[in-house]
Amino acid sequence: MNSPTESAIESYRAGPDDTGHFGIYGGRFVAETLMPLILNVEKAYNQARQDPDFQAEFDYFAKHYIGRPSPLYHAARLSEHLGGPKIYFKRDELNHTGAHKINNTLGQILLARRMKKTRIIAETGAGQHGVATATVCALFDLPCVVYMGETDIERQAPNVFRMKLLGAEVVPVTSGTGTLKDAMNEALRDWVANVETTFYIIGTVAGPHPYPQMVREFQSVIGNETREQILEAENRLPDCLVACIGGGSNAMGLFHPFLDERDIRIIGVEAAGLGVETGKHAASITGGQPGVLHGNRTYLLQTDDGQIIDAHSISAGLDYPGIGPEHSWLNDTGRVQYVSVTDQEALDAFQLCCQTEGIIPALEPAHALAHVTKIASEFDNNQILIMNLCGRGDKDVFSVADALGETL
Amino acid sequence: MNSGSLTDTRITRKFAQLKKQNRKAFVAFLTGGDPDYDTSRSLVCGLPQAGVDLIEVGIPFSDPMADGPAIQASSQRALKAGMTLPKTLQLIRDFRKNDDSTPIVLMGYYNPIYRYGVDRFVHECTSSGVDGLIIVDLPPEEDKELCDPALTAGLHWIRLVTPSTDDSRIESVLHNVSGFVYYIAVLGVTGTRRAITDHIEIAVARLREYTDFPIAVGFGIKTPEHARSVAEKADGIVIGSAIVDLIKANLDNDGLPNSGIAETVHSYIREIADSVIQA
Ligand SMILES: Cc1ncc(COP(=O)(O)O)c(C=O)c1O
Repeated sequence: MNSPTESAIESYRAGPDDTGHFGIYGGRFVAETLMPLILNVEKAYNQARQDPDFQAEFDYFAKHYIGRPSPLYHAARLSEHLGGPKIYFKRDELNHTGAHKINNTLGQILLARRMKKTRIIAETGAGQHGVATATVCALFDLPCVVYMGETDIERQAPNVFRMKLLGAEVVPVTSGTGTLKDAMNEALRDWVANVETTFYIIGTVAGPHPYPQMVREFQSVIGNETREQILEAENRLPDCLVACIGGGSNAMGLFHPFLDERDIRIIGVEAAGLGVETGKHAASITGGQPGVLHGNRTYLLQTDDGQIIDAHSISAGLDYPGIGPEHSWLNDTGRVQYVSVTDQEALDAFQLCCQTEGIIPALEPAHALAHVTKIASEFDNNQILIMNLCGRGDKDVFSVADALGETL
Repeated sequence: MNSGSLTDTRITRKFAQLKKQNRKAFVAFLTGGDPDYDTSRSLVCGLPQAGVDLIEVGIPFSDPMADGPAIQASSQRALKAGMTLPKTLQLIRDFRKNDDSTPIVLMGYYNPIYRYGVDRFVHECTSSGVDGLIIVDLPPEEDKELCDPALTAGLHWIRLVTPSTDDSRIESVLHNVSGFVYYIAVLGVTGTRRAITDHIEIAVARLREYTDFPIAVGFGIKTPEHARSVAEKADGIVIGSAIVDLIKANLDNDGLPNSGIAETVHSYIREIADSVIQA
């Protein structure tokens, strides 16, 4: 790997370069049919991010509609129970719609409006990004089409119904293996066929440039708030940050503002499913190789022949065979450590969170918490660890009941 | 990188010959290994005999984003039957045993090639008798990845031009291109919408201002009449989805090919070829 060594890097926050690369990762690997579209998005986004009115509009809805800032909460009982660092939760699960996803859909729909687009499309796996997209589409009165794998539609019936209540059309995707990656393929196909009218709201820090950068910047509201809040509460920066990784947007949002504080240990937690060694997992960095899919080069789950393999996780939101390209780069440079946690470990952490803190977390951040329980003993009790509690568990109660052998 | 050196190749010779005969090129696409290796080999090997001038062989990929349902499904069938990138190259070698003149272009997505290794791939392409590449998800912005090494090795690089390729992009899209230019006549993915002939005439005229290479038009052509009317407006036509759909129609419930599949496909192709000849 020809990535520069850690000491040679001046800033971890400088990427991507002009062509959308983070080291060898990222880029714009798309068909010519898509190229003019993503160049337009890039141009419009670069204008918008310089425009104070755009930021002011984002801030207004972030505060009054999403309910930001989300609290930074000292999980005292859990900290005591684990007997390690002082653990804080960044409580993005308290956002409107119950997860961090809406930070990004708000930003992108404001951009779509600036671009005078009249129709919104999105892909969704668990349905969280679909719900967050349908929500802002209802808010701004734009028609919304959400592509969702057929298998996911069965697994996530409540979210399918939510999207419909919000006025979105949910299109079942049967091509390929009928999962999130196929939903993304289908959304890209829709986009090239409807260039003039349509804006594609991608749900994570993946896809062709400028999406990884744009989604990171919308989600950085998480890390920027966290920084202010921890300084106010503790008068110092944390020692460790932990977040779960599906595509990696909640993690990038928390991590990015802290990347140049090199003393802070930063950990991304992938889903190991039934165990990385079983092949049934979603750990792209731990168990995959670099490749090119959905417009960017990044770590992917794939066969030796370069065919993409379906991911597996109890958490539908982590069930993606890739990861945002910036994470791949942060891994190779050694700045961020990537680990993985199994379905079972996540289930245990899920219950621990309910019992010690009275918070039912989503299964995704339950993965982050499971890793926190593993490393707690490496810290002493005047150190500070912040975990992104990026979603609430209402959507998961059925799968958890099922996994615990309870019938509802 | 200079593609000007690729002046005497199977592709240039074919287009020169067609021009001399005042004929339009018939380009046929099918996915390598669909529905299985042996059937695919007899399908591909019979194409020149059935009137095809240039063959595009698709490298199967699990996630063919720029393709419509027909070609996606054909990719899935091939993968299910065990097709791989090395076997696709083997298919070309098998074809070349009996045909050293019909140009073959590989069409596909970058990831299988990237995994296989770019240098190794380019080398295997030239040694097995591949003449050019169309790699859908490598725009000019990423030319260093594969386009440059392919040109150095003497392979043509063929790119798709679309109705959304505006004047600001057309020069960079055509840069490095040789052999022929592939014009996608509709917005969208392969096989889903029918190309409109009026629009093609205007688009081809615009392209001619930028390139002297032959222009082949594809996406959405199915019937002999349609093929002929599009051929009249360009230097050649490409048919893909209609062929793989016909393959699908000749499979039984278990996905096994009927005994007459090759004859059926080749006689459809013959009809198209006979119609294109009149253009
Ligand atoms: C609550 C929650 N967390 C995490 C994720 C994973 O996405 P990302 O890694 O982009 O944050 C999802 C995706 O649906 C989610 O709903």
